[in-house]
Order: sequence, then C-alpha cells, then structure tokens
Amino acid sequence: MSFAIKKQGEVVVVDVEGQLIVGNRQELKQKVLDELERGERKFLIDFSQTGYIDSSGLGVLVSLSKKIREQGGELRLANLNEDLKTLFELTKLDTLFQIAETRERALETF
Amino acid sequence: MNAEYIDTLQVRLTLELCAPSDIRFIEGIVGLIQRQCREIGFPSSKCSLNIPVALSEALANAILRANKEDPAKQVYVRSAIDTDRIVIEIGDEGPGFDFRHSMRDPTLPENLTREDGRGLFLMTQLMDRIESFNNNGNVVRMTLNRHAKAE
Repeated sequence: MSFAIKKQGEVVVVDVEGQLIVGNRQELKQKVLDELERGERKFLIDFSQTGYIDSSGLGVLVSLSKKIREQGGELRLANLNEDLKTLFELTKLDTLFQIAETRERALETF
Repeated sequence: MNAEYIDTLQVRLTLELCAPSDIRFIEGIVGLIQRQCREIGFPSSKCSLNIPVALSEALANAILRANKEDPAKQVYVRSAIDTDRIVIEIGDEGPGFDFRHSMRDPTLPENLTREDGRGLFLMTQLMDRIESFNNNGNVVRMTLNRHAKAE
C-alpha cells in the first residue's frame, strides 16, 4: 500500500494504491498537508487502485476535506468502485464529498 | 475452486492466530481471511467490502482501544467459514465494553463531519450479527451469511 502524488495542471492528484486503513492513514494525511503547506489548493484523490477503506481512512478524508476548505481549497474524489460507493453511501459521506466517475471528469470540473 | 462444486461439499475452513497489539498486522490478518472467503466462493462484494472492513474495524478496536497498543498484550482471532456463513471472533485483553451503548449514528447531520465514530457503525452495517461477551477477556463475534437470508 502506498500513495503516489503528482501534479496535473493546478491539481495535486493522489493515487491510493492498496488499502486506506488505520495503519497508513497518517501517511496520506501528512503527504496532503505538506502539499497544502506548500500552497497547493486543488486536490484530487483517485481510488482506481484502492482495495478497501476502513473508518479511520474515511475519517482522514473528512479531516483533509475540512483542512483544505479552511485554506480556501477544494478536495475531490474519483474512481470509486462499487464497493467503495456502497461504503460512502452507508456512511452518507457521498453527500459530503464531490465524487467524479473518472479522473478526467474530476479534473475538468475544478 | 468453482462455487458450484463447493456447494456440493461439506467444507469448513478454520483459522486461529494471535498477534501482538500492533496495527501493522491488521492488513495481513484481514488478507488471510479474505483469501479463505474467496476460496470457498463467498460473493465478491462480501470478500472485498463486508469482511475486510468489519474485520479491520474489530482488530483496530482490539489493538487501539482495548489493548491500548500495549506490546505485552495480544489479540486473538478465530474464524470458521463454511458454505453457509463465516463466523469470526476477535479477542483482546482489555476490560470489555458494551458496543451498542458506545455507538452513535455517524450519518446524522451533526456527526457527518466528525473524523471518528464510524467503526462500530460499519461493523453492524456490514455484518449480519455482532455479539460481544467476556470469556477470559473481551470477545467480539461477527457473523456474515454467505447469501442474504430470505425475508
């Protein structure tokens, strides 16, 4: 499990490879906060290579969303598979995040 | 193995392990049980969503809340999978708690933006049955039927 970060235009794109769980959530949080600290404001987290997400992983996404918004930025999510969509629907987090079907669609709408 | 053949067999896969109170072990333990569920023909979404998320939550509770990451304390996992259901027991060395009274609804508007408080909720949503009891330590037992029960 790892997080790959790259810049596409003005957007920082994070690929979550593997699981986003209690054991690695702090790593994702720190990487995104470091980018926020450097002045980045547009963030996209892509889940096309993600297995499962636990409650700690969901919590980190909520926390990052708040911190990014406080700095006038925006966080979007993309490429949730059916299981991850179910997870977001169960927790109603689908109402909290802007979720795009594809990375391209998410990038277009920033 | 093909799920149709599995249905004609009397198969029961069991697993017992104990692990140190370290969250780095969670993914590996979940992976072991996930593989057994796939092998026995559990539906794909139960192998990739219900079981890993609920088990990950139960292990995190045992390690972080009950054992408080004390390296001298262990977590215990027992699972039994057959063609009808999976039953997983997670034991810890903590004092135990009544999870139903510890749970709040994270989908309420006032809780939606909280970072915490979704773990027990997800366990109850993703499993068919959750029980907790004390048996020389605190044990949480989670049951998931392979197929949805008829109403």
